[in-house]
Amino acid sequence: MSEPILQVENLVKYFPVHSGLLHKVVGQVRAVDDVSFDVQEGEIFGLVGESGSGKSTVAKTIVQLYGLTGGKVYFKGKNMSAMTKQTAKWFRGEVQMVFQDPKSSLNPRRSIISTLEDPLIIYGMGKSRMERERMIRTLLEQVEMSSRYMYKYPSALSGGQRQRIAIARALAVNPSFLALDEPTSALDVSVQAKLIHLFLKLKEELALSYLFITHNLSLVRTIASRAAVMYLGKIYELGPTDLLFHHPIHPYTKTLIAAAPVVTKEEERVKPQEMSKEGEIPSPVNPPSGCAFHPRCSVAQSRCSEALPSPVEIEAGHFVWCHQAQDFAASESIKAETTGSIGR
Amino acid sequence: MVEGKAILDIRDLHVWFRVYEGLSKVLDGVSLHVQEGERVGLVGETGCGKTVAMKAAMGILKSPPAQFPQGEVLLAGHDVLTMTPSEILKMKGRTISMIFQDPLSSLNPVFTVGQQMFDVIRYGRRRASDDGRLTKAKLRKTAVEELTSVRLPDPERILKLYPLELSGGMRQRALIAMALVNRPRLLVADEPGTALDVTIQAQILALLKALVNEAGIAVLLITHDLGVVREMAERVYIMYAGQIAGEGPVAEIFDDPKHPYTQGLLSSVPRLTGEVLAEGIPGTVPDYTEAPSGCRFHPRCPYAMDQCVNQKPPMVELSAKRHVACYLYSGGGNE
Amino acid sequence: MMSSNQRVAPTPEETRWAAFKDRLGRGWYKFRRNRISLVGGAMVLLFVFLASFAHYVTPYPHHAGAYTDFINAFQPPSTAHWFGTDSLGADVLTRIIFGSQISFMLAGVVLGISVPFGVFLGLLSGYIGGKTETVIMRITDIFLALPALVMALAICAAFTPSIDKAMLAVASIWWTWHCRLVNGITRSIKTEEFVQASQVLGASHLRIIFKDILPNCASPIIVKITLDAGFVILVGAGLSFLGLGAQPPAEDLGTMISIGSKYLPERWWMTVFPSLAIFFIILGFNLLGDGLRDALAVEEGV
Repeated sequence: MSEPILQVENLVKYFPVHSGLLHKVVGQVRAVDDVSFDVQEGEIFGLVGESGSGKSTVAKTIVQLYGLTGGKVYFKGKNMSAMTKQTAKWFRGEVQMVFQDPKSSLNPRRSIISTLEDPLIIYGMGKSRMERERMIRTLLEQVEMSSRYMYKYPSALSGGQRQRIAIARALAVNPSFLALDEPTSALDVSVQAKLIHLFLKLKEELALSYLFITHNLSLVRTIASRAAVMYLGKIYELGPTDLLFHHPIHPYTKTLIAAAPVVTKEEERVKPQEMSKEGEIPSPVNPPSGCAFHPRCSVAQSRCSEALPSPVEIEAGHFVWCHQAQDFAASESIKAETTGSIGR
Repeated sequence: MVEGKAILDIRDLHVWFRVYEGLSKVLDGVSLHVQEGERVGLVGETGCGKTVAMKAAMGILKSPPAQFPQGEVLLAGHDVLTMTPSEILKMKGRTISMIFQDPLSSLNPVFTVGQQMFDVIRYGRRRASDDGRLTKAKLRKTAVEELTSVRLPDPERILKLYPLELSGGMRQRALIAMALVNRPRLLVADEPGTALDVTIQAQILALLKALVNEAGIAVLLITHDLGVVREMAERVYIMYAGQIAGEGPVAEIFDDPKHPYTQGLLSSVPRLTGEVLAEGIPGTVPDYTEAPSGCRFHPRCPYAMDQCVNQKPPMVELSAKRHVACYLYSGGGNE
Repeated sequence: MMSSNQRVAPTPEETRWAAFKDRLGRGWYKFRRNRISLVGGAMVLLFVFLASFAHYVTPYPHHAGAYTDFINAFQPPSTAHWFGTDSLGADVLTRIIFGSQISFMLAGVVLGISVPFGVFLGLLSGYIGGKTETVIMRITDIFLALPALVMALAICAAFTPSIDKAMLAVASIWWTWHCRLVNGITRSIKTEEFVQASQVLGASHLRIIFKDILPNCASPIIVKITLDAGFVILVGAGLSFLGLGAQPPAEDLGTMISIGSKYLPERWWMTVFPSLAIFFIILGFNLLGDGLRDALAVEEGV
C-alpha cells in the first residue's frame, strides 16, 4: 500500500468572532472540528456536505490559505504545519486550488494573459515575455481554450470558460495535487459535463490527485473513488463511494442522498429513506452537543446528544460515526467491525 | 390538451435587444402556456432566454432596450405587451406573483418580515373588491395563518424579525408565504431552490408543491436544474437559444427524450447510480447578435440536415400531450 | 458532427491592440449613451483648452497680470469687452481665462499630491486590517468630520496667505476622501476568490495589492478625481475669496469675485461672470464624472 499523497490528522480550524471597537473575541466559529482522512496518489477523494459543514474550510486550510488551529497535515510525507520558507514555496508549487464561483475567481480588471502570467512570474518560469506567452498558449491548449482569448477580460468569457482559465492558472505551476472547491456548481449541466471530462483527462495526462468538494452527490458517485460526508465541522461517514452509496448508514448520509434531485426512475429506486425531521442546519458557532445531527435525526436516542460517536468500520474501508451504526448495519445485513482507530 | 383556461399564454414571442454589437435577437418565436392549476416547468441553460421570456410574461422588461417585433403574451386573456404600466400593476400580486432565486435580495433588509407581509396583503386586497376594511388585527391574523401554512415555527415571533435574522430556508418560506397570501392565479418561481442547501431545498420544494396543489395555483417553474423540474412540474418545456425544443409530460420527456438537445442535456446529468458521465454537448451557446438560422441548435447537433439550417422546424405532435420541434420527427409522426 | 467554437462577437486578431480597441469602443459606447455626460465632457475639454492656450485665445492677453488702464476701468459689457472691464481697466473675459489657469493648476497640484497619498494609505489599511486599519481610519474620520473649507482656512491663516499655502492646505485634508474610498474597496476585494487564488499561488502581499486590488480601485478613483476637481476648485476659490489664496495681480476666480463684490450691484459684471465661470467649470466636471462612472463600470458577467 503506497503512502498517501495527503494525510489530514485531527484537523481543527476555528475562526474567532470579533465584536466591539477593540475587536474583542466573543466566540469561535467551529468550522472544522477534528477531521481526519487521507488521499491516495492518483485518487479523486470526494468531500460532501452542505453549508456550514466545513468542507470548503478543510480545503482552504490544506492549501495554507488559513493557518491551522490544531491537528496536522502531511503532504508527500512532509509535515505542513512546520514549514520553512523553502518548503512553503515548494508546497505551493505542488498543491493548488480551483475555486467555486467563476464570477469572482478571476480578477475582472486583469486580462487573461495577465492572470496566467502571475504564477509564471512568481515561480520564475519563462525568462522573457515571449517565452511566457508561449507557455500560456500551451496552458490554454491544455484546458481546451483558444489562444484567441489571451487578451480578453473575464467579462467576455462564459462561466465554463472562466473556470477553464482558473484551472489553467492552477496548472501553471505544475502541481501534483488539486483541491477543487465546487468547481462546477455554478455551471450549467452540459458545461459541467465537459469540465468534468477535462478534469478526468488532466488527471490522467498530468498524474494528478484531487480533493473534490461538492454538495452534488450524483457527481461524487460518478467520479470519486472514495468520499467523506461532513456535517458541522465533522466527518460522519467515510468510505469507497460504491459502498457508501450502496449502504449508507448514517441518518444524515441517508437524508442527503434522499434529497438529491434525480432525473430517472432507476435513481429514484436506489434512494434510501430519508431519516430527518423538518428543520434548519444549525450554526457552526454553537453546534449541538454530541452528534451534531441529533436535533434533526428522526431516530436519535439520548446518548446521541450526550457523547460524540466513535468511528465504526462496518465494512472494509467504510467508517460511520454513529452510536447506532452497528444496529443500522445489522438491519442492512452487513458484517460490522469496531476498530479503535481510524485506519486507512 | 385544452382542459381549463390558460392563465398564461405566450404566442410566438420574439424579443430583441439593441446592444453594442448590434441587435440581439434573444427570443425567436417562443410559445408556451400554463393552464389553471397546472405545474409547468421551463427548463434551459444559462443564456437560453428563459429569464427574458419570464420577464416578458411579468411585464417587467424595460422597453427601450427590449423590442417586441412579433408575438403576444396573454395573462388571463389580456396582452401584457400592450397594457399600460398601471394595468400591469393591477395584475401583480393578485393574478400573478413571483418567487426569485435569492431570498436574501428579494426581501428588504430594513423592514421586518411582518411589515413586508402586511404591505403585500394590503396591496393585494386593495386591487380587488374588498371584503370589509382591513384592520391591523385582520392583517396580523392573515399573516400568521400564511406563515403557519409554510410551516414556520412560532410565526408571531417571525413577524417581528428582520430578514437577516432568519436562515436561508426560513427566508424562502417567508417569501413563499408572501407570494401566496393573496392567492394569485399564477405563481412564477425563478430557480426557487438554487440558493439553498440540498436537504433544505427538498423540504421547501415539497412544501411548495403541496401548497399550490391545495390552493389550485398554477406554477411556472423556471430553472436549469432538471432534478428540481422532475420533482415539481407536471409538464415541461425545454428551451434552447430562444427557441422551444420540446414540450410534454415530465416523466415521458426525461425517460425518453426526443430532441437531440434534450438528449444531450439529460445525458450530461451525473447519475446517482454512478454511470459514466457523457461528454456534454459540443460547441457553445450562440451569440444572439449572430444567431444561427433555422433551428438554432443545428451547429451543435449530431443529426443536423439541410432543412435545419434553412428554416426553423415547426412543432410536431408526437402524441396528444407531447410536441417536439425537430425535423427528425416531422416525417409523418414517428414515435 | 458540426463543430463550432464561436462565442462572443469574434475579433479576428488576437492581438492586444485589437482587444484594447474593443474595450475602448465599448467604453465610448456606454459613455455616449448618456447625452448629459457628453455635454460635461465637452465643457471640460473646452475650459481646459481655453486655459491651456490662454495666451492665444484671449482677446487681450496683455491684460493678464499687472495691468492698469484706469481710463477704461468699469466699462460694462460691450462688443469690445464681452464681459466688461474691471476696476483696473483690464478685460474681464481675459482675466477669467487666466484666472481659470490658476484654478486648474490648483486642482492638479492638490489632487496630484493627495490622491497617491490617500490611495496608498487606503490600500495599506484595508489590506492589513485589524488595529492598524482602525488607527488609520479613525484619523481619517477625524479629518473628514471637519469641513474642508474650514480646515483649509485654519491652515492657511497660520501662514502668510499665498496660492501655494492654499494648495498645501487643501491637499492636506483631501487625501482622506480617497483613503476612505480605497479602504472600503480593498476591504471588500480582499475576500474575493481571485485574491485568495493569488495567495494560494504564493504571490507576495505587495504583488496582490498592486496587481489585484489596485486595478479594481482604478475606476472609482478616476470617477472621484473628476468629481473632486470641481469641488477642489470651489474650495480654492473660496479661500481666494477670503483673501487667503491667490493674491492679486495673479488673481484666480475667487479673488476676482472678492474684489468685484465691493462694486455690487451697479457694476455687476465684475462678480457675475467669474461666478458663472466657476459654476460651469464645476458643472462640467460633475457631468463628466457621472458619465465616466457609467462608462467605466465593470460589465456584469454572462
